[in-house]
Amino acid sequence: MISDSSMLYSTPALETGDDEDQLLRVSLGPQHPSTHGVFRMNVVLDGETVVSLKPVFGYLHRNHEKIAENATYLSSMPYTDRLDYICPLSNNWAYAHAVEKLAGIEVPERAEYMRVILAELTRLINHTAFAGFILGDMGAWGSALMYAFREREKILDLFEDLTGARMMANFMRFGGCRNDLPAGWAMKCGKLVDDYGPFLDEMEKFLVGNEILLARTQDVGQLPKDILINGGITGPMLRAAGVNYDIRKVEPYGIYERFDFRIPLGEIGDCYDRIMIRFLEMRESLKILRQALDQLPEGDYIHPKAKIRNFKPPVGEAYGRIEGPKGELGFHLISDGTTNPYRYRVRPPSFINLTLLEDMCLGLDLADVVIILGSIDIVLGEVDR
Amino acid sequence: MSLEHLPRLPQRLVEMLLQNFGAPEWLVLIAGFLVAASTVVGVFAGGFALLSLVERKTLARAQNRIGPNRAGWFGILQPVADGIKMLTKEDIVPAKAEKILHLLAPIMIVVPAILALGVIPYGREWIPVPLELGLLFFFAVGAMTEVSIFMAGWASGSKFPMLGAMRAISQMVSYELPLMICALGVVMVSGTLSLPDIVDRQGGFHLGFIPAWNLFTPWGLVAGLLFYVCSIAEANRCPFDLPEGESEIVAGHMTEYSGFKYALFFMGEYLGLFAISGLGITLFLGGWQAPLPGLDFVPTWIWFFAKLCTVIFSFLWIRATFPRVRIDQLMRFAWLCMIPMALLTLPAAAIWHFAGRGLLSWVVTVPLLLIPWVIITVIYNKRLAPTLRTYRFAE
Repeated sequence: MISDSSMLYSTPALETGDDEDQLLRVSLGPQHPSTHGVFRMNVVLDGETVVSLKPVFGYLHRNHEKIAENATYLSSMPYTDRLDYICPLSNNWAYAHAVEKLAGIEVPERAEYMRVILAELTRLINHTAFAGFILGDMGAWGSALMYAFREREKILDLFEDLTGARMMANFMRFGGCRNDLPAGWAMKCGKLVDDYGPFLDEMEKFLVGNEILLARTQDVGQLPKDILINGGITGPMLRAAGVNYDIRKVEPYGIYERFDFRIPLGEIGDCYDRIMIRFLEMRESLKILRQALDQLPEGDYIHPKAKIRNFKPPVGEAYGRIEGPKGELGFHLISDGTTNPYRYRVRPPSFINLTLLEDMCLGLDLADVVIILGSIDIVLGEVDR
Repeated sequence: MSLEHLPRLPQRLVEMLLQNFGAPEWLVLIAGFLVAASTVVGVFAGGFALLSLVERKTLARAQNRIGPNRAGWFGILQPVADGIKMLTKEDIVPAKAEKILHLLAPIMIVVPAILALGVIPYGREWIPVPLELGLLFFFAVGAMTEVSIFMAGWASGSKFPMLGAMRAISQMVSYELPLMICALGVVMVSGTLSLPDIVDRQGGFHLGFIPAWNLFTPWGLVAGLLFYVCSIAEANRCPFDLPEGESEIVAGHMTEYSGFKYALFFMGEYLGLFAISGLGITLFLGGWQAPLPGLDFVPTWIWFFAKLCTVIFSFLWIRATFPRVRIDQLMRFAWLCMIPMALLTLPAAAIWHFAGRGLLSWVVTVPLLLIPWVIITVIYNKRLAPTLRTYRFAE
């Protein structure tokens, strides 16, 4: 182990001539093909074995929380799209959920159903894209990703029909959603849900049994359960290690208790389990979607008395959290009774999941680091905020 | 002068022209060789341009994309556009680089590939350099590729290239062993190191329709498949493209190169691909021999290039399909599977040669190869291969 903290933020220099210390200090990122954005890891290598890995965050920091404290509650909604830009609608929901908790706003039933449908579609997008990205990290660039994106496009088309935007949806409002489902949208969505199962079958057939994928991901990057729990890891990463913790079950929000779905759990918690858990979760999401589309009631899409202008929640604080595709996505808000939040704090799942990166990578190959980073499934917009 | 002699036409023309003007014998000889060499270089430089387009198109097709289609009809002018782009780009040499080695490395990777292409018999009448020891020459110049890749990695004075160079050395040395051992079996059976002679020994047909290629013998099948896998590793192609491993070490030994030097690396890689595929075809797939009887009217070089296209297409297909392996898995595969199996092809080839190449040879060599193969596979799978898992669900 290297315990030289001075190397943390300095550009690592090539060690030459020193016989005792033949270590190579490499700066992976911020401009690196597979750091999923502008993330940097200061890696110390012994041959190709990682002996130290220090993550460096902040290259995409955009002062999200401070900006939100100087803006009204509603005007932060579009900013939440930009947190985890793969799944904007989950972010919308988490923020709306926190504000509704803070102000005690009711949400009509139809809006709750719409939110569930959109959040589960977002989960499908995220996990499908994940399968493509991690294959890209393994070196099969493009092949899996393009097929994953083909399916993602279909869901984005649905989002475009509904919200007018493919990615930056800005769709949820406090007390409901911005607009109602357009005519025929639910039918189109039902067709997509029907077609998604065969696509997953195909994807699993090609990926899950592939010997190289198995060899690259099995027994790579696992950690004991208690370390994961102490580290605050949530989402598929935690469930891959066999911890039954899904906020949709342990602290049901919205109307999740109405649906019949299961939580897939892994055993070992290595990269392979993380991939598999996501595949199995997509099947469960399809089940939820099917039920939600069947039960979708008529009614208001937003609470009729929901206040859009001059919205001032009472003094107090609230923490609203949902099970985002990447883990627990929470917003902590403190209101001082004015139109702007006094404190606005995001609990981003990929940032907290990333904190144990070094523990997962030590002693493994440089090639494994890339896969482990991919299996954490980070989006830098959310890590750096 | 038939179509068969077409590739030799430029050489013949120059020779005749010089003789008509009464040039001395040595001048005619040298000019003839020069023209013959330019033919090969021209054909394969064109092949490189075409392959760069075909590769992008094939990958695009496999990946549900369209691929280059802006420059010319179906993107046919894309290689020209690429070439212009590469030539006009700034040539960057890092401050810490060893300037001379940094310049030499991309040249050193193209030259051996062209030299290796010179000894391969492309047709009955088209053998650019009919060397007695062609196979030895091929491996001798082929070994220079490793040096040039290491040179590129070392001379760049940077870390990712260095990692790529270290990977390249370990990978290519490991895979060159089984590659050569597989070729050795062919030499034992053919009794010659001359590539044209090796092709000649594979002429004719068994039972009237099965070509007498080395691939259609028990030892030849094993050696051919091993040779195929090794040649993927030698050519640094996916799933063994670790030296460039773009998702891990950016571009490996090519990270610090730009402009035309970068293009030269690609050229060297593609020419090396042509060369190693050509050697594989010569050794195991009967070289320019026709695949079925009664097809003698087709010029033989057409068969060679048809086989070359098929083999190279399979490389592209593999690239579009598989993820990359890790370095320790790669080395373990080489030393635990490839080399033992390659060594076994030697006794099998010897038995094949001395037991008359008939039914007796089949009865002896098939178990000799099959049983160790099953044992190696079982041991390898039991100890190292991963397994599928089942998952539990919480309600």
